[in-house]
Amino acid sequence: MIEMTDIHKSFGSNHVLQGLNLSIPKSTSMVIIGGSGTGKSIALKCILGLVTPDSGTITVDGKDASKGDRDAFLARFGMLFQGGALFDSLPVWQNVAFRLLRGSLKRPHDEAREIAIEKLRRVGLKPDVADRLPAELSGGMQKRVGLARAIAAEPEIIFFDEPTTGLDPIMSGVINELIREIVVEMGATAMTITHDMTSVRAIADNIAMLHEGVIQWTGPVAEMDQSGNPYLDQFIQGKAEGPIEAVR
Amino acid sequence: MKPIALLGRTVLAALAVIGRIALFAVDAVSHILRPPFYGREFLSALMNIGWLSLPVVGLTAVFTGGALALQIYAGGSRFNAEAVVPQIVAVGMVRELGPVMVGLMIAARVTSSIAAEIGTMKVTEQIDALVTLSTHPMKYLTVPRVLAGLIVVPLLVAVGDVIGVFGGYAVATGTLGFNPAAYIRNTVDFLEPLDVISSLTKGAFFGFAATLMGCYHGMHSGRGAMGVGRATKTAVEGAAVLILAANFVLTGVFFTL
Repeated sequence: MIEMTDIHKSFGSNHVLQGLNLSIPKSTSMVIIGGSGTGKSIALKCILGLVTPDSGTITVDGKDASKGDRDAFLARFGMLFQGGALFDSLPVWQNVAFRLLRGSLKRPHDEAREIAIEKLRRVGLKPDVADRLPAELSGGMQKRVGLARAIAAEPEIIFFDEPTTGLDPIMSGVINELIREIVVEMGATAMTITHDMTSVRAIADNIAMLHEGVIQWTGPVAEMDQSGNPYLDQFIQGKAEGPIEAVR
Repeated sequence: MKPIALLGRTVLAALAVIGRIALFAVDAVSHILRPPFYGREFLSALMNIGWLSLPVVGLTAVFTGGALALQIYAGGSRFNAEAVVPQIVAVGMVRELGPVMVGLMIAARVTSSIAAEIGTMKVTEQIDALVTLSTHPMKYLTVPRVLAGLIVVPLLVAVGDVIGVFGGYAVATGTLGFNPAAYIRNTVDFLEPLDVISSLTKGAFFGFAATLMGCYHGMHSGRGAMGVGRATKTAVEGAAVLILAANFVLTGVFFTL
């Protein structure tokens, strides 16, 4: 269970998070939606400690996320970054097995490579991709490699930051299906940030609508269309008119 | 009042940057002394900073040594002191030009590449990815490069010194009519251990400064191509100024105090 309570974060005069409260039950898939620049990524980075909140508390399974053994804490997480964030200088398999080649989860070289190839296969990539460099892959393949890296150490919690941005609709569908399958089969807690409503319906158990630094609505995805929340309705229907100001 | 306020703001901003770089340096040194160590990244940095810099260092040194011999000969002939070419080339290269030229070449070649590489990693979220993979960016990116600079740049300076002296020797014996054996004897006899120690010490400091500036500005790069470009430019400028300022201080420490 991830619990974010009264999180505030500002960058100068830009108050991004203004008292965000959100609970993500264990082994469920939460999708955070909201316009660009509303602080979705910042919320996610606050949990991982990549950004320090100005105030508020974040707990994971009841323990304060900002205290305790940081390596052990991060070892519970996997993350798929928006642009993949693959390490250019390393071949694909070393990207996937990065965590297994160093640190507390270190495995023998051959075993790490074997696991990496198995994870690549799990996301639909052939073993011959393993020795290629990330720059030699298409955007969709890079996303899959990023996904393989996120699940390589079998984390309990996985974050997906805009998993389908920049992909064609078919590849987006493939990635959405993969995410859903992997989250279900691993029993992981998932948190996804997206603008893509197709992804929301494919991935989410629950959704949260973030606007003006607070969660405007949260609930099961099945109730999304009948929420009666003007912010959520405007976002789902993609209307220019509504409480969310659209700049032309 | 506006110009004074502007001057004050500029000075305060400059002091703040110096303070941040100093704290970054202390942090980097403290991480050098604590595990884990990333051996592969260290070897790769040794190769990039040391081995792959040899051609540019060699060419710079040989031309500098040759030009120095010509200048000393031309200047010395005005008061019948042409014979001091071997001694002045040796001292000039080893004490001053060798370390400074190598330092500036490293700033141009290595500082820029480190800042651009780490800056690009920052804007493409690779540094965030490192953190989520339980890997400290300071240990994985900064320590191997700074340690490699600290170790390998003095060796490059030593190589540059020898090649620079050889450049002077080639010009002096090839075109200025010096006796080869006498030239070598004069060079060896004139150099003192302190000359070599100062050269290597400068090399170590310049290596540390050049790599540190690349890492610092890369890690603090702004967004997008413009941010990375600015970080790279600032890193090279900062490294060059730091190297020249440190050269002045170290020269004072070794030879004039």
